[in-house]
Amino acid sequence: MNLPQAAASPQPAASGAHAGPHIAHSRLDNGMEVVVIPDHRAPVVTHMVWYRNGSADDPPLKSGIAHFLEHLMFKGTKNHPQGEFSSLVSDLGGQENAFTGHDYTSYFQRVPREHLGTMMEYEADRMTNLVLSDEVVAPERDVVLEERRMRTDSDPSAELSEAVQAALFAHHPYGTPIIGWGHEIETLGREDALAYYERFYTPENAILVVAGDVQPADVEKLARETYGRIPARGAPPVRRRPQEPPARARRHVSLADEKVEQPTYERVYVVPSARTAEPGEAEALEVMSHLLGAGQSSRLYKQLVIDKPVAVAAGAYYMSSSLDATRLWVYGVPAEDVSLDDFDVAIDGVIADFIANPPGDKEFERAKTRLVADAVYAQDSQVALARWYGAALAIGETIEDVSGWTARIEAVTPEAVVAAARKWLDKRRAVTGYLLPEATA
Amino acid sequence: MTDLSPIPETSRAAAVQEIVTPGGLKVWLVEDYAVPLVAVQFAFRGGASQDPIEQPGLATLLGGLLDEGAGPYDSGAFHEAMDDLAVHLHFSVDRDHLAGHFQTLTRNLDPAFELMRLAVNEARLEQGPIDRVVSQLVASLKRELKDPDAVASRTFRAAAFPGHAYGRAARGEIETLPKISRENLVDMRAKLMARDNLAIAAVGAIDAATLAAKLDEVFGALPAHASLLTVPPAAMSGVGARIITDIDVPQATIRFGRPGVERDDPDFMAAVVVNHILGGGAFTARLFREVREKRGLAYSVYSHLQNYDHAAMLVGATSTKNERAAESLAVIEEQIADLAARGPTEEELAKARKFLIGSYALRFDTSTKIAGNLMQLQLEGRPTAYLDQRNKLVAAVDLDAAKRAAKKLLGDGKLLVALAGRPTGM
Repeated sequence: MNLPQAAASPQPAASGAHAGPHIAHSRLDNGMEVVVIPDHRAPVVTHMVWYRNGSADDPPLKSGIAHFLEHLMFKGTKNHPQGEFSSLVSDLGGQENAFTGHDYTSYFQRVPREHLGTMMEYEADRMTNLVLSDEVVAPERDVVLEERRMRTDSDPSAELSEAVQAALFAHHPYGTPIIGWGHEIETLGREDALAYYERFYTPENAILVVAGDVQPADVEKLARETYGRIPARGAPPVRRRPQEPPARARRHVSLADEKVEQPTYERVYVVPSARTAEPGEAEALEVMSHLLGAGQSSRLYKQLVIDKPVAVAAGAYYMSSSLDATRLWVYGVPAEDVSLDDFDVAIDGVIADFIANPPGDKEFERAKTRLVADAVYAQDSQVALARWYGAALAIGETIEDVSGWTARIEAVTPEAVVAAARKWLDKRRAVTGYLLPEATA
Repeated sequence: MTDLSPIPETSRAAAVQEIVTPGGLKVWLVEDYAVPLVAVQFAFRGGASQDPIEQPGLATLLGGLLDEGAGPYDSGAFHEAMDDLAVHLHFSVDRDHLAGHFQTLTRNLDPAFELMRLAVNEARLEQGPIDRVVSQLVASLKRELKDPDAVASRTFRAAAFPGHAYGRAARGEIETLPKISRENLVDMRAKLMARDNLAIAAVGAIDAATLAAKLDEVFGALPAHASLLTVPPAAMSGVGARIITDIDVPQATIRFGRPGVERDDPDFMAAVVVNHILGGGAFTARLFREVREKRGLAYSVYSHLQNYDHAAMLVGATSTKNERAAESLAVIEEQIADLAARGPTEEELAKARKFLIGSYALRFDTSTKIAGNLMQLQLEGRPTAYLDQRNKLVAAVDLDAAKRAAKKLLGDGKLLVALAGRPTGM
């Protein structure tokens, strides 16, 4: 991505939904999907194109190519030289950016509604007409290396997270950072970018999402007149990713650095995602992680930060939106004089207690209330809605999967939550990471 | 291709109701029933600049404790009550304000406003939560001790405002935070949280009469008058200095700045335009083009106008690998000097005006953002009419004004620069 705010990092769980606007969903003749989310509060639109390829689809030895190409997509086309598109968006007072995840790459603009068709023309143009020269590729590769130095190589906690992910996935490419490994980024060139572009940037592989002050019929007509002119390329590209073997060994990594003054802790489990879970299981994991670690009413916070207290912060988080098996994080900042080993034992205690003394009705309903309400709050942001639907479709979920999310959360039982904790919070499926001051290494 | 038709520009100010509650509170409201939510943003003037010299972080700590138990609820029970209602309520503190952020589903309107009333009036400020929030602040400060970004900005601030409240750490110091007592917090609350330094804005599915009654319940019992320390105007110092803090990282983080233009200066809007041309948040800015796009020196490079109540600055930042940090800084200095000497081109000016005018609408696209912007305008002393005047002020910035503002803002081009990392050749 282009502006610093947008990260080359995984998107937050795309598990929201709502009973709000009526979503229109259709498909162009060339295979491109079209999603329209009406929101008539302001005369603006959010225009996004999602491609069903992310860093986990990077070819061997080419880690970072999905993200690097995302940067290079701003370098101009046969019809519109470098800077023209951005200059136009700027003249409209619009916003634009792009982001790369493990499973998708997305480009967006936000502009007054009357310019939607123009945005679609430009975005459709760069789906097929990208022009790259070595003169623009070389400095942009330096930009990406600086991005990596800024986000990761100057920050021990980011370096630890990278090491934890790498240890967690023995075989699956989720263990490789989205931005890529430095030594491979350095070798990426124009030919690599164009080969990747040819393979993935096709109408069959793309999803158009428009949210804002529009009618579905108008958007579909504009889509036919722009994206619809791109010839079909045949079958969509196939994602072939090495899959993880069964996890059998508990793993532990630690990183000690002279820059660390405050130790921190993370434990990450491999768990099923919205796509790989049995029916109801992802929702049970969602409710379970909320009960265990979302906010100050959660078990981890209450037992470790308030009751004991052995930590100043503790929580858990489940990233349901993922094409392949995904991750559930447990994290914390230990109190002064509490070692990370003791904190690790305390985490085990909370999880064991969660299974032995499952949440009562009140605690259970409280978690569901928050989760379901978040879907209502999301209706206040057309960008948030567009991202949720786009990310969900990009990993192969359906519109109905998203709009039915609230009902499925309501249907989760306490028994399912305990079963999910028992089954998936297995340390053999996890990597524990310690961030330590150098003296303690 | 046939495009959609534009919606004729309507008055943004006309959508705002200026209410005076029966209790005398001034409130701006945008009534909107599209989504069953109500958002309220409010702020007390004051903030971290009110911290006593020996107690930096006092206001921040107070803000962190308002939702940690109030009225009949201890900390845990208060959070459970918020979760049961799915209400969003939290407080934040900056240099000049203690602000509250509230959002509720309309179906929980009454109990949600009651929780806000309790937090504002009856926060317990108990020792247990005090110790906990202090330990959380200390942990976050420790995490930042050798973080290049935090180090550069801390060094920059201390050099820019020595001896002034703006030079101190808004979130306190590791050594002094544990010494803050409950009495200090109670005293700060009494001085800071009053009705005459309060700005409130609301957006959502609520009518004026209902809102007024609710807000009188929340704020009506506060003291009529705040008791604030006078914060003297802060002239930025250190311009021309270059301070390097050694950290073993491959990249140097660079923070730079110089005195800015006051908000009430007749050239303020022209300065906003000039900053946009220099380093504003678009792919068209000079710093983006010269530092990033042409030379690949950095991922992030920007500048912005930082206007506190008692100080004005132009500040910017970038991060470049150590071996090229000197080059990055030279390019930035060159761009600033050129813009100061020659001003922007007619084309740059026209493009900046277009962007700033067109993008104003995107600041008003969610209810929390709308409420936040309306609150900010009140804090700046602007009338609701400003919502419609603002784009006219941008449109009125001509080349003479832009050149004048560039001279005023960028002057001799000298900068205070704080670097963290291991830059070579400097």
